[in-house]
Amino acid sequence: MTNEVSLGPAPEGDQDLLVSQRRYRKMRIAAVLSVSIVAIVPLLIMTGVNAYQYQQALRTEVTGPLVRFAANGKQSLESFLSERLSALAMVVRERSYEELRDSRQLNRVLVNLRQAFGGFVDLGVIDEQGVQVSYAGPYELEGRSYSDYNWFHEVGVRGLYVSDVFMGYRNIPHFVIAIRQSTGAGSEFVLRATIDTDVINTLVGSLAVHGSGDAFLLNRENILQTASRLYGDVLQRCPLPPFPYSTQAELIETEDESGESLIASYAQIPRSPFTLVLLSPRSELHAGWLSLRQDVLIFLGISVLLTLAVVIGGSTYVVNRAREADLKRAALYHKMEYTNKMAAIGRLGAGVAHEINNPLAIITEKAGLLKDLVMLSEEMPPRDKLIGLVNSVLKSADRCGGITHRLLGFAKHMEVQRETIDLDVLLQEVLGFLEKEAVYRDIHVDFAFPEEPPAVVSDRGQLQQVFLNIVNNAFAAVEDGGHIQIGIQEVGKGAVAVSIADDGVGIPEESLSHIFDPFFTTKKGAGTGLGLSITYGIVQKLGGQVSVESKVGEGTCFTVTLPTGQAFP
Amino acid sequence: MEAEALRILIVDDEEELVSAVEERLNLRGFQAHGVTTGTAALEYLADKPCDVVLLDVKMPGLGGLEVIKRIKEEHPGLEVILLTGHGSAQDADRGMQLGAFDYVMKPVKIDVLVRLLLSAAERKDKGDV
Repeated sequence: MTNEVSLGPAPEGDQDLLVSQRRYRKMRIAAVLSVSIVAIVPLLIMTGVNAYQYQQALRTEVTGPLVRFAANGKQSLESFLSERLSALAMVVRERSYEELRDSRQLNRVLVNLRQAFGGFVDLGVIDEQGVQVSYAGPYELEGRSYSDYNWFHEVGVRGLYVSDVFMGYRNIPHFVIAIRQSTGAGSEFVLRATIDTDVINTLVGSLAVHGSGDAFLLNRENILQTASRLYGDVLQRCPLPPFPYSTQAELIETEDESGESLIASYAQIPRSPFTLVLLSPRSELHAGWLSLRQDVLIFLGISVLLTLAVVIGGSTYVVNRAREADLKRAALYHKMEYTNKMAAIGRLGAGVAHEINNPLAIITEKAGLLKDLVMLSEEMPPRDKLIGLVNSVLKSADRCGGITHRLLGFAKHMEVQRETIDLDVLLQEVLGFLEKEAVYRDIHVDFAFPEEPPAVVSDRGQLQQVFLNIVNNAFAAVEDGGHIQIGIQEVGKGAVAVSIADDGVGIPEESLSHIFDPFFTTKKGAGTGLGLSITYGIVQKLGGQVSVESKVGEGTCFTVTLPTGQAFP
Repeated sequence: MEAEALRILIVDDEEELVSAVEERLNLRGFQAHGVTTGTAALEYLADKPCDVVLLDVKMPGLGGLEVIKRIKEEHPGLEVILLTGHGSAQDADRGMQLGAFDYVMKPVKIDVLVRLLLSAAERKDKGDV
């Protein structure tokens, strides 16, 4: 059975992201938004509810009088009409048809009516055929026939009639009331009176609510029966939509053709075509509301600003502290990585020192021999011999230089630098550090590279560290004479896997899931327990994954999968 | 001493080092011979007389410690001076336990080496007596 552990990207792995400004800006925005919502939404709701209630109260205060005025106005108008209709009824009961046919008598009646009630302009008596048989008033209308007029038929059917307002001969608005009565001789006649609208105008005008209000009468066709402040003079069409029938004072909200929003109270006057309408612009309603709203808005604004100031200040403080802590942690992690790298280098130290010592020893001996030949021989040594020795010295010095160069290049502190890297070359460089150890311990290192291994865009120093950590572990795991196989394989598109397999002691199953944990070590006292944890962190940071398979006694295989990244042109 | 030059066997995997040391010792009146593997050293010692062996500890194949063990078994009277790299004190200690006369760290000053070889030879002579 083979144990396998594979670890995917972990969020804390990306140190660069951790310290990036954008992340903290997002964090701050999230904090500000969430706390603001919790703090401000209830405030808004409460203010809204209060404002709504207050608005309702204000509304009642404005609409109450409107409805009351409409009811009273309707009452007055109804009385006005009733009075006049009753007066006509009394006349036709008190006077006979014969008397009323007499124009002089009719004139007296008109004078009485004017004195008693006012508003009467003229009187006329019309016989069954629709001919005005007598007339009292300012015009010469005696003998005129009304048989073709609608009103004449209506009064015939209903017994009494109130007309729409119309402009009479004097070009003054009037309306007509008429009443039907039996002549006592089997036929009927109609007493008709023209009523001046002055009284009605005054009455209706007085109902208009202070300032911007309006009050007027409409007939059934929505024609103005009295002058309107808003919609013009008598007999103009009123632009409001028709009002539903109601003899009770009703309140509706409506708007006229210009879109002006209005509150209307209206009532139909019974036994007449008239509807009393009282209007108040909504802005009237708002006048009181506006000043209140201003207060509420100022209060709300200050509250919201204060809350936001506290929330933003608080969030900024907290996020900044978090950022500082993260930066410290990142710095610490960076330092830890560096320490691990240095430790890895330290472990290579012996081998490297040996490697340097060998050419150094050669230099010493060759130079010494050169001196010996000059000092100890009696004759000058041959030229070829000297050049051979000097060349040896130079070659060995080069070897030393190469080793120190490689070590220094590796030990450099790692600023993240992206470059195109040939993994095969890099792996061979890393193995170069362990070449001597491999030779002395007879460890066989095999490379299984494809013809053209894919290049990756990554950080050279960090990849060196990753592979050095893993290869060091492999060297520690194998016996002398063991085998290590290093392979490169392209996996899918945009990824390449480097596998480092050994035939060493293997990792027990119970340890396998912990090997990437910090401070976990099986090398009792010999390791920091940070190597693989740091390896894991670096691979995450480079956008890759690291996995391990192992079986005790058979060996271990680490696989590092790296994104190939965008190759440089 | 002039009459009988000391016979020295130099064993190191670096051929160039071996040849230089060999020549320098010869210039100083020793009779030095160099080989580059432990196996070659043991073969050489099997049929050639020798006074002191200068032996590198770290060599591929047969390592210095294995070689000294075998020398002490096969030629108990032979003195061995170990050549060690920097930081392999453990190997040197191990070598001393196995009966090395002394050890020197590379690179070696020739005077120091000559002195050591002489004292090693002296002890061998005493041992012989």
